[in-house]
Amino acid sequence: MNILEVKNLTKNFGGLTATSDITMNVEKNSITAVIGPNGAGKTTFFNMVTAVYKPTSGDILLNGKSLVGLKPHQVSQFGITRTFQNIRLFNEMTVLENVLVGMHQNLKSHWIGTLLQLPHIRKIEEAAKVEAYDILKYVGLEDYVNENAGNLAYGAQRRLEIGRAMAAKPKILLLDEPAAGMNPKETDRLTSLIHDLRTKLDVTIILIEHDMKLVMKISDYIYVLDHGELIASGKPDEIRTNKRVIEAYLGKGAVAND
Amino acid sequence: MSAFFGKLMQSKKNQIILFIAYVVLAGAGLFLLPDSTIAFLMLLFSILILYHLNFNLRAKWISGIVILAIIMPFIASQSDSYQTYMEVGTLVGIYCAMALGLNIVVGFAGLLDLGFIAFFAVGAYSYAIFASEQASKFMPFGHYPLPGGSFWIFIIVGAAVAALFGILLGVPVLRVRGDYLAIVTLGFGEIIRILLNNMDHPINITNGSMGIASITPPNFFGISIGSSSQFYYIVFGIFLVVIYVVRKLENSKLGRSWKAVRDNEIAAQAMGIPLVKTKLAAFAIGASFSGMMGVVFAAKQMFVDATSFTYLESTMVLVMVILGGMGSVPGVILGAGVVIILRTQVLTNISNWLSSISADYGISIPPAISPEKMQLLIFGLLLIIFALYRTQGLIPHKNRKVNVEVLKKESAEAALAREKATSGGADS
Repeated sequence: MNILEVKNLTKNFGGLTATSDITMNVEKNSITAVIGPNGAGKTTFFNMVTAVYKPTSGDILLNGKSLVGLKPHQVSQFGITRTFQNIRLFNEMTVLENVLVGMHQNLKSHWIGTLLQLPHIRKIEEAAKVEAYDILKYVGLEDYVNENAGNLAYGAQRRLEIGRAMAAKPKILLLDEPAAGMNPKETDRLTSLIHDLRTKLDVTIILIEHDMKLVMKISDYIYVLDHGELIASGKPDEIRTNKRVIEAYLGKGAVAND
Repeated sequence: MSAFFGKLMQSKKNQIILFIAYVVLAGAGLFLLPDSTIAFLMLLFSILILYHLNFNLRAKWISGIVILAIIMPFIASQSDSYQTYMEVGTLVGIYCAMALGLNIVVGFAGLLDLGFIAFFAVGAYSYAIFASEQASKFMPFGHYPLPGGSFWIFIIVGAAVAALFGILLGVPVLRVRGDYLAIVTLGFGEIIRILLNNMDHPINITNGSMGIASITPPNFFGISIGSSSQFYYIVFGIFLVVIYVVRKLENSKLGRSWKAVRDNEIAAQAMGIPLVKTKLAAFAIGASFSGMMGVVFAAKQMFVDATSFTYLESTMVLVMVILGGMGSVPGVILGAGVVIILRTQVLTNISNWLSSISADYGISIPPAISPEKMQLLIFGLLLIIFALYRTQGLIPHKNRKVNVEVLKKESAEAALAREKATSGGADS
């Protein structure tokens, strides 16, 4: 069953076409990768799915319902959460608070209840903290609970972003270059984390990634963009040998030499 | 010496003894010396010391309240300048509450507001109009001025009206960010002031530049409240409520949303936080504190006009927040105290001292360069010094830390409970 359907999605910035006529079907509970050289329109695609950009034309359907025209926070409430290519944490808040903010849309504690110190609100807040701690343990940050997020090391920040996204209990998790800037050891750790996430959270994962080893290892299906257009799609093995993909990455002639 | 002192302070018992000794010393100074501004300031300073001692939270609160509500007023009442001290105390309280309100907007939500005094004005005018003859000039029904007992209701009304204005300001303004937001709020502050100054025709609502005089003083079960020492307690009460609200909000869902929006708008939205609603809540709640104190201000002065709500006042409140430490509740309170005391006590005293010296030695200091007149210069210099050497303010903001051990334990318990539940389910 397809959880996310993207139909003929096009985005123009003035005269520049960032993505044109992209059509994708993402199966529920799959790990789908979107790859392509720099400037291929991958992040633009993510930004349209999360309503940061409004598509010029085309449609995005989550379980058959259109997401076009919603506000970013509404898309998030519908169950699509993302991480960012350039890490966007709440730097002046603690690691735990970052995860708590991720839980906000499922957290039923109104501020008036907090002011009145209603017992059930306190219970909710307390339970949320425990849950946030569990998430931090899961992404391996339980030793940094009270640290400001901005002070974490790079790899830890990436994992915190994933933890924060997990906390929102999304139906679809969009990961924008989760392994960027990581060393091989950190990447390995991340690979198993992502793989594990799908079963643990029962979530559909779409990721943008340049690390081909990671992509080939965990994706069920791959879409390849180049210059804003979809040039190929298929299972990892098909993509690995696809002529157009190799051309896009290595230039024409690369295939002939092989 | 300092090592000895450090050792001395390690024990809690010594801390208590030294703290009490300090309070007694300051109190005795205030009691015995004729004009004892320094002793008065020392007594206020004891609150700051209290903040830094490691008593438990409840003990700190209780001793703070006892000092401010009983010891200080009682000793001051023995002095000739009783009402002056209480006046300073009242002003500090009013500005503390306002600075705490602005701190929500600037410190928590990260929205620079340069027209914050407008909400104070709105609160002040809302009481002034209805507690004087003014309302009868345009209201078709009702009997004005309202009796002094209505003051207590107007504290709430003032808060609500100011919150409404906060939302009115917010709706159009929140489409702009950063520097642009600052400029628009600056304009808003001026618009409110000019409106108040000109709304005497065609319908006379605010009595224009004449201001509104003879405002009914508050009435507490038949007692008419007129002196600073009485207003001190009203302000102190509101101040305690404001602190409570701010402390609770800071670590609530809403407080976290504010900080998330401040730190990264895009990520906050991606986590499902509605930007506009969150920012409006900051504006409305921040403004409501200001509105409440506006009502008190109008009742205390018994006269309001637009000159009390100039841009300079907005700047002063902002200086309190920046000086104290953006986002830091104790910092902002300290900032407000420091600025008010500098303005009303220290600078005036230095000016008087200088002029007496110059009279003694026959040197004439032109009044234009007396410290009192150079307020703006002095605050400007202070801000520059802080921007260079202490960007975080007097008491930098610290995030509340959670007890990790407790979380660890509760997490383990929850895991155990889940396990039991699933195995129990399998059995049945």
